[in-house]
Amino acid sequence: MTLIPVWWTVATLLVLATLAASAHGALAARTVGASPGVGALLPATETARLLRQERRTLLAADSPLWRIGGAGLALIPLLMAAVVPLGPPAVLDSPIGIVWFNAADVVVWALVWLLGWGANSTYALVGAFRFLATALAYELPLMFALTTPAVAAGSLRVSDVVAAQSGLWYVVWMPVAFAITLLGVVGFSVWGPLSPAAAPDLAGGVLAELSGPDRLLAGAGRYLLLTAGSAFATALFLGGTQGPLLPGWMWMSLKTLVVVLALVAVRGRLVLLRPDRFLEVGWLVLLPLALAQLLVVSLVVAS
Amino acid sequence: MTLQLVLVVAAALFCVGLYGALSQQVVVMVMMGLELMLNGLVLAAAAIWLFLAPRPTGEVLLLVVLAVMTLEMAMGFAVAVLVHRRRGSDMTDMAGDLAG
Amino acid sequence: MPPSLPARARGSAVIVVFLLLAAVSVVTGALVFVVDSMARATYALACSFVAVALALLTFGLTYLGVITILMMVMEMAIMAVFMIMFMGMNPALMPMDMVHGKRAALAVSVALFALLVVGIVVAPWPGAAGSASTASDIAALGHTLMGSKMLVMMSVSPIMFATIVGGVVLASGRTRYDRFGDDLDHPAQDPTPGGVGR
Repeated sequence: MTLIPVWWTVATLLVLATLAASAHGALAARTVGASPGVGALLPATETARLLRQERRTLLAADSPLWRIGGAGLALIPLLMAAVVPLGPPAVLDSPIGIVWFNAADVVVWALVWLLGWGANSTYALVGAFRFLATALAYELPLMFALTTPAVAAGSLRVSDVVAAQSGLWYVVWMPVAFAITLLGVVGFSVWGPLSPAAAPDLAGGVLAELSGPDRLLAGAGRYLLLTAGSAFATALFLGGTQGPLLPGWMWMSLKTLVVVLALVAVRGRLVLLRPDRFLEVGWLVLLPLALAQLLVVSLVVAS
Repeated sequence: MTLQLVLVVAAALFCVGLYGALSQQVVVMVMMGLELMLNGLVLAAAAIWLFLAPRPTGEVLLLVVLAVMTLEMAMGFAVAVLVHRRRGSDMTDMAGDLAG
Repeated sequence: MPPSLPARARGSAVIVVFLLLAAVSVVTGALVFVVDSMARATYALACSFVAVALALLTFGLTYLGVITILMMVMEMAIMAVFMIMFMGMNPALMPMDMVHGKRAALAVSVALFALLVVGIVVAPWPGAAGSASTASDIAALGHTLMGSKMLVMMSVSPIMFATIVGGVVLASGRTRYDRFGDDLDHPAQDPTPGGVGR
């Protein structure tokens, strides 16, 4: 077995995640009136700063669980991307790739909670519980949204779903499923409107007590999750590697980059969703919408 | 690998879970014991499937076991919350009068 | 005479991987009742489940293995919440040992294990009943679920729905009379307003 797909996946994720962090840095710098060019260096400056920072030690912190939480957040996106064909064939071209992705995004529940628990700090633990409440709201709609393209393509293998979109991208006739998937991606990346777990009113919540390399891993993990989720959504709804003229890998990277940058751009423009309110929205609005979309697609496929 | 080997591992999981379910006082820990017993069952069912009848019908049994685990958790937590609210306790010993 | 194996589970590499996963699952399973911390106990159980799920993957049961990881990690994440709720303390600071009848429980478990092992070794297991092809396993499972075993899944779903309703009724401290008043004619009064404008 050749190792090209492995290196390809790791490199693509790292490059796209760095670009996303860079874009976020530039936008954030512009908001406070600083130079966007300096802000765009955020990934480099933060990495340099955090690698030199001394690890803070806390009283009665559960360090092993805490470290597992941070390191896991950086590892899970690689497992997610393993089932996505990014140009070369997927690392794991599994016949149940979509279920695999779903299992990986559920592991994020455990990791974010451990991140909040391990610090033995009130703010971090409150953030951890906020994340679980948010996750309960977005996870089920996300599951049904991911099922929809699988039903249309008649396969849980991601490369089959990509191949089935040679005529028409699934986003055209499954816009609701696409939107809910993006919401789920934002949710498991603890990002934007679904980031009350790491909100400023909790002094950073689950990230509050992190320092040094642990903070670097957890922070990079969020961008990697955002990127891996966007790549998956691109493969499922935006035709993945399909496209005229340019080679497949370029289409895949370009589309993923557009999705990631869109998620970065809307971050500051949306309000933070309170978990207690969002829970009801998730179950009473998003879940029926996802099911209705699934029903429509199933009827179209069956007829 | 033999069927006996997998079944012995499953039996070990089952018995560790049984010890927990019998000895723990806290309701949630008792449930963790039950879950571990079901974990052993999953492994045993998978072994029987693999060695004796590798047909999809056997996998349906595993899905049912998984469903039973979820139901057990949901009802267990509901009862635990109810007992906790009524009596302020999460210990099995203090709910002994439920036996009637 | 041990039954012969389908091709996918032959080979010493599979045995080594299985033994490793078996050791992890049993050891982490035992750790659940050894460690002091609730979080560690919960996630030790999650590790045990994941090890068994990976063993299912080595058996070729890919769909079920991944589904087991998905469901059990989710369950354990929620279980941790209940652990903290019921035992509002930090056992990292306060070691706990809340057991009763430890010796009897240990004796019963060891005796049962010995009995099971004897039974497993002595029992005359029939030979393998043919092997399925790996390629279409998942499709075959889907056809079985939606075909001949549809009734099983159809019965599981109302039971699950009943569980949701029953769980909420048992666990909720407030009845509809608390929400809508004695004559059920008030607008709903909830401590926290919901997100869809009620």
